[in-house]
Amino acid sequence: MTTTTMTHDEAHHHDAPTGWRRWLFSTNHKDIGTLYLLFALTMMFLGGASAMLIRMELFQPGIQLLDPDLYNNLVTNHALIMIFGAVMPAAAGLANWMIPMMIGAPDMALPRLNNLSFWILPAAATMLLLSFVVPFFPGGGTQINTGWTLYPPLSVQVGMSMDFLIFAIHLLGISSVLASINIIVTLLNMRAPGMNLMKMPMFCWTWLVTAFLLILVVPVLAGGVTMLLFDRHFGTSFFDAAGGGDPVLFQHLFWFFGHPEVYVLLLPSIGVLSHVIPTFSRKPLFGYNSMVGAMLAVATIGMVVWAHHQYTVGMSLGAVTYFMIGTILISIPVGLMIFNFIATMWRGSMTFETPMLFAVAIVLMFTFGGLSGVMLAVVPADMQYHDSMFVVAHFHYVLMPGAVFGLFAGVFYWLPKWTGHMYDERLGKIFFWTNVIGFNITFFPQHFLGLAGMPRRIVDYNVMFTEFNVLSSIGAMIFGLSHLLLLYIVIKTIRGGQKAKSRSWEGATGLEWELSSPPPFHSWTVAPQIK
Amino acid sequence: MAADNQGNKKRTTLLLGGLVALMFGFGFAMVPLYDLLCQVTGTQSIAIRAGMGKGPAVTGEIDKSRLITIKFDATVNPNLPWDFGPEIRTMKVHPGEIYAVNFVASNRSNSSVTGQAIPSVAPWQATPYFSKLECFCFTRQTLKGNERTDMPLRFMVSPDLPAEIRSLTLSYSFMRLKPGQEAENETQTLPAIAAIN
Repeated sequence: MTTTTMTHDEAHHHDAPTGWRRWLFSTNHKDIGTLYLLFALTMMFLGGASAMLIRMELFQPGIQLLDPDLYNNLVTNHALIMIFGAVMPAAAGLANWMIPMMIGAPDMALPRLNNLSFWILPAAATMLLLSFVVPFFPGGGTQINTGWTLYPPLSVQVGMSMDFLIFAIHLLGISSVLASINIIVTLLNMRAPGMNLMKMPMFCWTWLVTAFLLILVVPVLAGGVTMLLFDRHFGTSFFDAAGGGDPVLFQHLFWFFGHPEVYVLLLPSIGVLSHVIPTFSRKPLFGYNSMVGAMLAVATIGMVVWAHHQYTVGMSLGAVTYFMIGTILISIPVGLMIFNFIATMWRGSMTFETPMLFAVAIVLMFTFGGLSGVMLAVVPADMQYHDSMFVVAHFHYVLMPGAVFGLFAGVFYWLPKWTGHMYDERLGKIFFWTNVIGFNITFFPQHFLGLAGMPRRIVDYNVMFTEFNVLSSIGAMIFGLSHLLLLYIVIKTIRGGQKAKSRSWEGATGLEWELSSPPPFHSWTVAPQIK
Repeated sequence: MAADNQGNKKRTTLLLGGLVALMFGFGFAMVPLYDLLCQVTGTQSIAIRAGMGKGPAVTGEIDKSRLITIKFDATVNPNLPWDFGPEIRTMKVHPGEIYAVNFVASNRSNSSVTGQAIPSVAPWQATPYFSKLECFCFTRQTLKGNERTDMPLRFMVSPDLPAEIRSLTLSYSFMRLKPGQEAENETQTLPAIAAIN
């Protein structure tokens, strides 16, 4: 068996497939990483387009562009596309590209599984889009007006588009579980000799934890939506109170997945930051060990505090108190990470290239989102904020800087490595400023809207909320359109530009910078020795 | 290197695959476990909701082993020119025993004004266990210009109050009734208010 694998590898090396076969049959971690990133970029524009439609509708009170069900379907799609279609594949793309290069391996441990886990994604995306398209046809049933949380009983009553969505979630789940297995097997078995776990680059650590989180929680979501499917078609009553079930059970299953999912989105970006900030501060990362510990603590506590999304369902006082304290506890390790980043920058010789600008923005704005999270964690306060625009503002402040800006930072940081060309620094900076300013204009006013009582997921609003909504919508247009500049920069960098050195950034450390830019087809054919 | 590594990879992959299957099963195991967990720990909302329908049983037994702190809170809507508040702010009570406390209301204006007090109990889970035997909130109150009056409240906390609740707050908001509502037949609005209580 070993010999056949070896010959297979050899054959690949000399006769790499070209044209469409190169991509469809690819077992190469870099090609698959590229596919992941391109897929994520496409989905980001789809999800962004639905968000811009939402904000156009909310530009004025009253119903202008979208009827209420369509509006809510766009809300659902925006969330699912962004989370499962954009952020997770983008993080997986970074992992595919960087992990073998960082740990001194030739490729991922399970290259064919890698191919499968990517190529499930386009199928899943098609299913997801079908769920949106189907209601426009006669007999297509109602639109998915539940939001991404898919709470029954409403989700049981939605038409056949919900079935497409459930299967899309199954496929997306299978894809991310397979990718996670691959990443863990790679990290545990293919590190260069001498690289023990505590010498592993931070990005690899964050992905190790992320992959374990995914393996633990995604199957539970799959189980939950499977039960939903059974309730819809096979007469079971898992979530039907009239048949002895309980709709709140779905909420528990969903958030058992949904809360750790937040850390799944966040941690890879924390990993990127742990490389970007030391590079541009020209200092090693402050507190590597505490960083690993903090991350493990976040992941562990994060697994057991899911019900803070459900304070209003009427749990007992003991239960809500537990979930409140657990949630607030998470701010301690997260705070530790933030302090480590600040301490890394402290007295470093800092320069502010685009990745570093994003990194500094994350430290500032993610902290802000974390603080509004502590507000939401407090039970009596949450009774007021629950399902208001304040929640929308909070989680966009956490997820945009926490996850997406981290991915942007990673893309700008490693783009020279991937393409062999430096990106246009001036355009990168313009992109950063329009993006960050647009983001803040969009979401900062939503805090005030929420505190004043504007509910989320509703197509219309009271006239008194008009001014802040106008502001937010204008911001959203700036923010949304700024991503076209990102697209332009990426295409421009792929097509040409100043030649990148192996060590593209002056202060960069790590095995990936020992390889040429762009790196060879098989990253490390001879494993490097780590002292 | 490749030979032993292949074995390791296979083992790790199988272990992780097993973990995935286990967690998928865990989701389904939650269905019976969730009911069980809720029965054991009382984490369940349904038990409380069911209790709400029954209301407290007046057993006449006094639970001397427990002391519940009751805090009184009073708010007056700005549309009502009254001062209103409890004579004492907090009380420690035994469940099952009947207590009385006076609220004082005075009309700052020169004309006769009618108001109605809306009670609420926090935490809301305690609501069904707090019974008001006599309360000024049952009826609308009319105060003549500059009149001052004592408004008595007699209440009891049910011995069935969940053990985790050690203190609760009774809050009153006094609202002005519009002149039209004052003239209305009392019996029409009373059942609605009684339902709140």
